[in-house]
Formats: sequence, structure tokens, C-alpha cells
Amino acid sequence: MNRIAVEKKVLNENQVLAEQLRERYRQLGILCINLISAPGSGKTALLERTLERMDKGTRAAVLTGDLQTENDAQRLVRFGFPVKQITTGGTCHLDAKMIGRHLEDWKLEDLDLLIVENVGNLVCPSSYDLGEDAKIVLLSTTEGEDKPLKYPSIFFKSELMLLTKIDLLPYVPFKADVARENAWRVHPGMEIIDVSSTTGEGLDRWMRWLVARRTKAKAKLQSVGA
Amino acid sequence: MHELGIASSILECVQTEAKRHPDGRITKVGVKIGELCGVDPDALQFGFEVLVKDTEWQPLALEVEYIPRVQRCSQCAHEFRMADFDPQCPRCGEFSTQCIRGEELDIAYMEVEA
Repeated sequence: MNRIAVEKKVLNENQVLAEQLRERYRQLGILCINLISAPGSGKTALLERTLERMDKGTRAAVLTGDLQTENDAQRLVRFGFPVKQITTGGTCHLDAKMIGRHLEDWKLEDLDLLIVENVGNLVCPSSYDLGEDAKIVLLSTTEGEDKPLKYPSIFFKSELMLLTKIDLLPYVPFKADVARENAWRVHPGMEIIDVSSTTGEGLDRWMRWLVARRTKAKAKLQSVGA
Repeated sequence: MHELGIASSILECVQTEAKRHPDGRITKVGVKIGELCGVDPDALQFGFEVLVKDTEWQPLALEVEYIPRVQRCSQCAHEFRMADFDPQCPRCGEFSTQCIRGEELDIAYMEVEA
């Protein structure tokens, strides 16, 4: 018997495709974000409010993932930006191959911002790199404050946490400071923005975050071109 | 929840590696599973057994090495096992510590029989 060292990522194939996507985004100055949360935390509602507020000159596009139905794409398409639904047919996460396939007939040169709305699931999407610049996790006030402790992987890997449905705080037993503390235990220093897609609270700060990150993606492009 | 997909990716790696050893057969594959990667070792083991059962790959064992989360202190460089998500350095009390192990989802080795 002979033991051979292999030292390879289990998800090597996905990783290779994700890095190819990341490189294309980088070359074109595109910011790509990957929104992840449990089902019903408000990813689509947040995107509706985001697209509504987006400067019309922004060249944004959305890929939205679900197991079934075109419902989310239908909700998002009315804001005038290109939207495509990815129906996974049962798979509980998006992977880099699905993203690549759905981008084939879009001209990436015409985009500044690509928003990926992952399948509602806090577990599996955390393992699959989609080539994004940042993972963003949503936690809503109608869930448990201990979600970051129960699903540490995704809270650890996300750059930003959006605490959604913040307008419901007076009516639910959710303790926002405990939730933030739990998130910071898993991921010290993670940026957290409180938002409500119903009242609009916190959305300005979220939009500023997006603009700042887009500027950064563009700056990277210019420094490469120089 | 996605352990069967992970098991399938491991089996694909075995298939790729097997081509490089046409005279031998792979009997075991060793993987490293970090605490933070969101993969349950038992479910992975089960998924892998199901995939291999009644195929040409049998007998092929999967050995999982579980890698706990380890932090390194930014002040005193002390390395410690992070328990209960407490990031504080037990030696100097510093809160700014970085994760250096626990994110693995890697193939480590394979055993080939001549």
C-alpha cells in the first residue's frame, strides 16, 4: 500500500470556475455580490427596494436563484434592470457553473454591478464560491438571535450582515443587541447594517455601502489599466 | 444537507487521480473537514458509502480528519482552539485574533494498492 499526498480542494472544479468569473469581473470593473439568508429573511424585498433606489445610470443586473418558480424574477424585472431566474430544480445552492451558464447571453461589458440572490438556505451556499467580491448575509428580526451561532460558516464568510425587518422590533421578542453580539462572536468586526424594506430605515446606509464597493471595484480596474 | 454533492466531488477527485495510477487501485481517500466549512462528517461518510456501494470503486474507504477552529492572536501570536466562539486570546486578553485553521474542505491523501 502506498499513500500519496493529494492536497486539493474538494470543490476544486467549482473553485476554478469561480476564480475565472472573479477575474472577468475584475477586468471589467464589475462588483459582484452574493446575497445569502434563510428562506423568508427578505432578500427579494431588499432587492426590490435596492433596484427602486438605484441611480438609473447604474448598469446593474440580477441573477436570482430558487428551487422552483419564476416568481422572484417577475417581482424584480419591473424596475427596468436585466433580471434572470436560475431555477435549480431541487439543488439547495447556486454554484459557479450555474452562474457562468446564465451569464452567457449577457454582455458583461455593459455591467457595473451584478447581484446574485442565492437560494434561501444558510448552510450549503456558504461552501460554494460564485466568484463574488463579497458575500452578504441577511438575518431578520423574525428569526432567532442565535442563528449566527447555529450557522457559523456563513456568518464567518460574509463581509456584511444586514439585520432586516428592523421595523418589527417593537412587536417581536428578538433582541437585536444579542444577535449582533452573536454575529461578532463568530466574525469579530463584521459590518452590520439595520434595514427595513417596509419603512426604508437603513436603506440609505446600505446604498452607500454598495456605491463605496462599486467605486472600489472600478478603482481596481483603473489601477490595472494604468 | 449538501453532503452528497460534496461526496460526489470527492469521488470525482478519486476518479481523476485513478487515471494517474493505472496499475494500482485506490482503496482509501483522506479528507480534511474544517469546523467552519459547514459539512457534517457523519452525513458525508454516509453519502460517500451510498455513492460507492455496488460500483467498481468498492471497496473504497473515506477517512475524515475534522479540523477544529484555531485562532492566532494579533498581539502575542498565541494560537488557540476557539471554543464557544470566544475570540479573546486566553494568554494576553486581546480580542483581535484571526482564524488560521478550520475552513478546510480538502482532499489530503489517497492510498493506492499495487
